[in-house]
Amino acid sequence: MGGYLHLIPLAPAAGFLINGLIGRKLSKRLVGLVACGAVLLSFVLSVAAVMELAGMPAEHRVLETRAATWIPFMDAGGGAPSLALDWVFVLDPLSAVMVLIVTGVGFLIHVYSIGYMHEEPGYWRYFTYLNLFMAMMLTLVLGGSLPVMFVGWEGVGLCSYLLIGYYYWKTDCADAGRKAFITNRIGDLAFVIGALVLFAHFGTLEFGPLLAGATSGGASTALLTTVGICLFIGACGKSAQVPLYVWLPDAMAGPTPVSALIHAATMVTAGVYMVCRLAPMYAMAPVALTLIAVVGAATALFAATIGIAQNDIKKVLAYSTVSQLGYMFLAAGVGAYSAAIFHLMTHAFFKALLFLGSGAVIHALHHEQDMMKMGGLKKKLPVTYAVFLCGWVAIAGMPPTSGFFSKDEILWKSYLWSPVIWAVAAATALITAFYMTRLMGLTFWGKSRMDHHTEAHVHEVPGVMKWPLVVLAVLSLVGGFLNVPASLGGGERLHHWLEPAFSAKTYAAGEVHHEEAADPHAAGAAGHAGSAATEYGLMALAVVLGAGMLLFGWNLYNKHPERAAAWRGRFAGVHNVLKNKYWVDELYDAVLIQPFYQLCRIAAWLDVKVVDGAVNAVRNVTVGTSYFSVFWDTWIVDGLVNLVGRVFMGSSSVLRRVQTGLTQSYASAMVLGVFVMICIYMYVS
Amino acid sequence: MNGIPSSHILVLSLILFSVGLAGVLIRRNIIIMLMGIELMLNAANINFVAFSRQLGDLAGQVFAVFTIVVAAGEVAVGLAILIALFSNKDTINIDQINIMKG
Repeated sequence: MGGYLHLIPLAPAAGFLINGLIGRKLSKRLVGLVACGAVLLSFVLSVAAVMELAGMPAEHRVLETRAATWIPFMDAGGGAPSLALDWVFVLDPLSAVMVLIVTGVGFLIHVYSIGYMHEEPGYWRYFTYLNLFMAMMLTLVLGGSLPVMFVGWEGVGLCSYLLIGYYYWKTDCADAGRKAFITNRIGDLAFVIGALVLFAHFGTLEFGPLLAGATSGGASTALLTTVGICLFIGACGKSAQVPLYVWLPDAMAGPTPVSALIHAATMVTAGVYMVCRLAPMYAMAPVALTLIAVVGAATALFAATIGIAQNDIKKVLAYSTVSQLGYMFLAAGVGAYSAAIFHLMTHAFFKALLFLGSGAVIHALHHEQDMMKMGGLKKKLPVTYAVFLCGWVAIAGMPPTSGFFSKDEILWKSYLWSPVIWAVAAATALITAFYMTRLMGLTFWGKSRMDHHTEAHVHEVPGVMKWPLVVLAVLSLVGGFLNVPASLGGGERLHHWLEPAFSAKTYAAGEVHHEEAADPHAAGAAGHAGSAATEYGLMALAVVLGAGMLLFGWNLYNKHPERAAAWRGRFAGVHNVLKNKYWVDELYDAVLIQPFYQLCRIAAWLDVKVVDGAVNAVRNVTVGTSYFSVFWDTWIVDGLVNLVGRVFMGSSSVLRRVQTGLTQSYASAMVLGVFVMICIYMYVS
Repeated sequence: MNGIPSSHILVLSLILFSVGLAGVLIRRNIIIMLMGIELMLNAANINFVAFSRQLGDLAGQVFAVFTIVVAAGEVAVGLAILIALFSNKDTINIDQINIMKG
């Protein structure tokens, strides 16, 4: 069953090959059709697979495809491989949710890109990368073992690098691409270390046996904590958490649909997905979970504050993404994995919407990204404004949009875990509401600050870009009803759907050493469920404060823009800190990059002076000895040979006279010789 | 015996040999040289016969007959070489045939 899972990533891979090999020759229309068709095919296959999965009993919802053997480890003596890494793809409730998000949102963004990228150079190159990204992301999501996941993990990193540096002739784009790639490398190193430790201990890397082993007491807590932290560092790189978040804001140098797809909706959530994938293992390592929760909370607040003072529309959204990713990690860290995935999904909807909306604005204004040069676009871009409004209320968590449900669930679960974490999360939510309102105000409300030329050419987006926006707007508004909390009379359907994937029991089935699942946080959270009154109170508090923040921002930026300037003046110091992003980039530059350059210079000096010096010394010795060798060869060896030759030449020049060639001289000599012999004979006798 | 002493015959043979040797060493014509060689051979034959007569042993005369047969073969081979030489060199002057000169 489910023998077609490998086709889900293969469909965009085929699109990648077609566009990559012959895309240059094809028309733009055909390139777009191939790329979108491939992703649509993958979406249809995903839906079919998920339907099949949903038809199975809840406890056994796993589809597995072993497409091929990847690396067979042969014993030294030959024979059958004792261990093989397979291309194994697994669809369970968790990857089902992810695969639908990735293919669904991915398809919408592909369609949007047809319009957005139409005038850009290298149209086919863009769709080639985008399809490759889809293939890699689906490999990551469906991968049934850490190595297969890692292939996708690295693959999406590569595509991210390629697409950030899409405008490679601009230095800052190319630099941003490299920054993303190198920062990710740091995390990936930790990921590999974690995976290898797991492999050394359990002898397998497939999630099923791995999680079964980890949850049945097969490893010490210390080991699981180490592995958990290592893998989390990997997730920090990929999902832009403190301290490895610095690449994501710079990644906005890529085309805007790329920011929406890779740097908001899908790739950057891979870290969250990975932590949730290994949830039963993390449940055995509470220290690692605590670290995740704290890092997530810190990132959420930290990035949100930076978002307040950015003027680039995409930078605001980028810091917002970092902040929301922190939210997801926070949820995963407190054991609310389904809340993390729920927020991941709703965030994919509204953040993709916001990014694509900002793309529409940028497109309309001829690549102007500075919000200080926007304003008053409400009338000129009605559709964009309408969808932006949907995204705005969703990210601000206003009921009953999707953001409300997912954010509220995280807030409630974090309150149960620790009120301090709740306070941080709530503060983040307020700040988020504020900076998004500021973004709305600077972009759409108030008076226009555009120059006349730009203003005259403002145009609403074409249909191919409009419809994806509308679909995402609808999803942002209603997506939350998938998981209405019990306290509001909902069925928590997503939660129940996902539950088996996070439960140790699922993986321990059939294990001999089956223990009662130690699942302290998830069980604990469900166990000492706080009183309903507290839950309603907190919910109301968050909504009221959020709404207050929206009103405050609306008042500030729509009604009284001059007050905003006054506030900025009053808190000039704070504003400066935020505007400069706490000087983290400068700090990294001074603490890490400059010393690294210094090291490089020392290494270069060593290379030139010591290594090259040694090489040159060897060369000089060789040259010297070869001079001697030449002398010896020319004068001694050749001399001897020539001497022999000369001796023979000289002697033969004398002796050859004897050989006259005249028969009669030989005869005369013979006669003479006989005469002499006779004389001797006679004399002797 | 018939009064002619063997010494006279030996002197005759010596004269014949000397004439033949002179022919070989002095004349440039290869044919003449071959004839000189024949003279020397026959001088030797005369010696064989002379000593055969003096010693009363017929073996010497038998030897002389063998020598004549061998000399006939030698002349045949010698003249064959000479013809081959002439067809290649267009000369029978021994001084002009010195390709073995060192």
